[in-house]
Amino acid sequence: MSLLAVEDLRVQFVTDDGVVHAVDGISYAVETGTTLGIVGESGSGKTVSSLTTMGLTRGGSTRISGTIQFEGRDLLQASDEELRSIRGNDIAMIFQDPLSSLHPFYKVGTQLVETMLAHRDLSKAAARDRAVELLQLVGIPDPQRRVDQYPHEFSGGMRQRAMIAMALANEPKLLIADEPTTALDVTVQAQILALMQDLQNRLGMAVIIITHDLGVVAEIADEIAVMYAGRIVEHGSTNQIFSAPQHPYTWGLLKSIPRLDVGRSDELVPISGRPPSLINRPSGCFFHPRCPYVRDRHRRVDPRLEPVDGDRGHEVACLLSAAVRGKIWDGLRSGRDAESLRGLAETEQAAAGSVPKAGT
Amino acid sequence: MTATAPPLIEVRNLVKHFPITSGIILQRQVGAVKAVDDVSFDVRSGETLGLVGETGCGKSTTARLIVRLLEPTSGTVTFEGEDVTGRSGASLKALRREMQMIFQDPYSSLNPRKTVGSIIAEPFVIHGLLSGEGERKRRVQQLMDRVGLNPEHYNRYPHEFSGGQRQRIGVARAIALEPKLLVADEPVSALDVSIQAQVLNLLRELQREMGLTLIFIAHDLSVVRHMCDRVAVMYLGKIAELGDNDALYGFPRHPYTGALLSAVPVPDPETGRRDRQLLSGDVPSPANPPQACRFHTRCPKAQEVCSTEEPLLEDKGTGTVAACHFPLTRDEVTLRLPVALTEPPDVPVAGSERA
Repeated sequence: MSLLAVEDLRVQFVTDDGVVHAVDGISYAVETGTTLGIVGESGSGKTVSSLTTMGLTRGGSTRISGTIQFEGRDLLQASDEELRSIRGNDIAMIFQDPLSSLHPFYKVGTQLVETMLAHRDLSKAAARDRAVELLQLVGIPDPQRRVDQYPHEFSGGMRQRAMIAMALANEPKLLIADEPTTALDVTVQAQILALMQDLQNRLGMAVIIITHDLGVVAEIADEIAVMYAGRIVEHGSTNQIFSAPQHPYTWGLLKSIPRLDVGRSDELVPISGRPPSLINRPSGCFFHPRCPYVRDRHRRVDPRLEPVDGDRGHEVACLLSAAVRGKIWDGLRSGRDAESLRGLAETEQAAAGSVPKAGT
Repeated sequence: MTATAPPLIEVRNLVKHFPITSGIILQRQVGAVKAVDDVSFDVRSGETLGLVGETGCGKSTTARLIVRLLEPTSGTVTFEGEDVTGRSGASLKALRREMQMIFQDPYSSLNPRKTVGSIIAEPFVIHGLLSGEGERKRRVQQLMDRVGLNPEHYNRYPHEFSGGQRQRIGVARAIALEPKLLVADEPVSALDVSIQAQVLNLLRELQREMGLTLIFIAHDLSVVRHMCDRVAVMYLGKIAELGDNDALYGFPRHPYTGALLSAVPVPDPETGRRDRQLLSGDVPSPANPPQACRFHTRCPKAQEVCSTEEPLLEDKGTGTVAACHFPLTRDEVTLRLPVALTEPPDVPVAGSERA
């Protein structure tokens, strides 16, 4: 049994403008000791899905369906009381902006102690000792003094470390890190990522890391889910995603980011257009308005996440056939542009009748 | 060709100290944040110079001193052979036509109560150009078209545009007067990954077409790698290393440059993972920077002399100038940097013609 198993999760927000389909039927599982990276742009639903796991999206205007099994318990059915006993204890979360997620009025130590006392039967003195220990663990120098300081006296990197210390206070089984390094400088980012990996090895917890940075997931994730418009469009091991990506959106992401190891002569290939509205979503494949390989059928048929032939554990939601996808990626990788590879998708269109596809 | 032409901008011994005061009524200065501390470099006509470094290293302050949004404490900035420090009034206004800036945050750098048309037309109004209403509108619409905005959206307000489109509005405004110099301060760091490439490509296109000189400030070393001809790495108000893009990225000599490059995550699980050079701790306070070499408190190669004698920027024989007593060796670089980065054969070995 997986530590966390999300099955067909849907989260909708009812607003004056219409229903926002923030998360639309996603499923994934996380095993103890492994790291899942969830990659996507703003508005792809990556944060909402993890907030829902923590029970933080509940409210009058939210509609949630599906199941989130944590150690066999469905978190969606849990009462607020039960969730409170799990949050910060079995499942902990690190947020993007450490300054706004630490309380400015309370000392860092006080906030750490509170986290522990909420879930454990400890004396205040013992909790404080443990707080010092935790600050030491996450590499804050001079923890005896720092424990009595306020968040504004910490630098950005130190605040993020304090957040991590707080998340680890009760030795959670699952750590959800939402853009944990986005607000930080590269040098500090490297420190924080190394720290997270080290702690994961020592404490054996599972980690879900949410980020838009493909570099970050390449470094630390075992498995990657690529999200677009509230859905997972591609899912596989880190090596599968980087060595044989299958979805045109994943290709777009990989070709549009400037890379340290690629010289300046190479043009970036941006993904045209912008992410769709989650209220009025496109017909057919949600990515079709931005996809260079779009065919008529893709505007009508909504692809499902299906296994990739001959690549175990790799799933993709794309209407192009595996053979064509392989050829296009080979072309892209050797530096050809999407325009010149369009023809490959067209040849498929001609043979569409003979290609079996389980669409809806 | 650019090597023989005189540089567009010469920065010499530029210093900017922000005073730290104490007391409410009787304020007295108790110290200074040494944001930029004795920086000298040239910007060649038509090139893109990257300024990189961590938060608080002085890269934005340097750029603001160049476009005279800030008055330097001392030092000079020469634009086309003329000293621009100390200018004011009409002569400063004339200067501003030649140098424009694009800001990081596309949300707060556009007036929400003005239409896009009037935002982009503002430079013409300020400088009294294109007097006719119709003429201005035509020019603004040309500009909108040029940066990839729909000219029909002339009367819309900034909130009706996405982040990437707003950044295009900022670009249109900046190129309206056809400046010689464009300073882009973190122009894509607030944008989504798929949109970043659109704006970066636009800047490169405009530069090619208009012969712009670009000063590109970013903390993202991959973006700088992609955009810049030359790169200056700053640390605590000083330049640690400066050199041609390929030379600096292929064979960084300053340990700080090496550490920065080593820290960048590379989106390739096979060649990306390597023995990282992790810097410990945070950047020291610029109000009280370390003596001598400012990097010695965090430097893995620091020795006694580093805390007593300040290293000067000097040619290290591999295409960059670096301020370091013990520059990185080839072996150290190979060990710490992503495989793919150190492999390219075109890394210059003796590029000492550069001064």
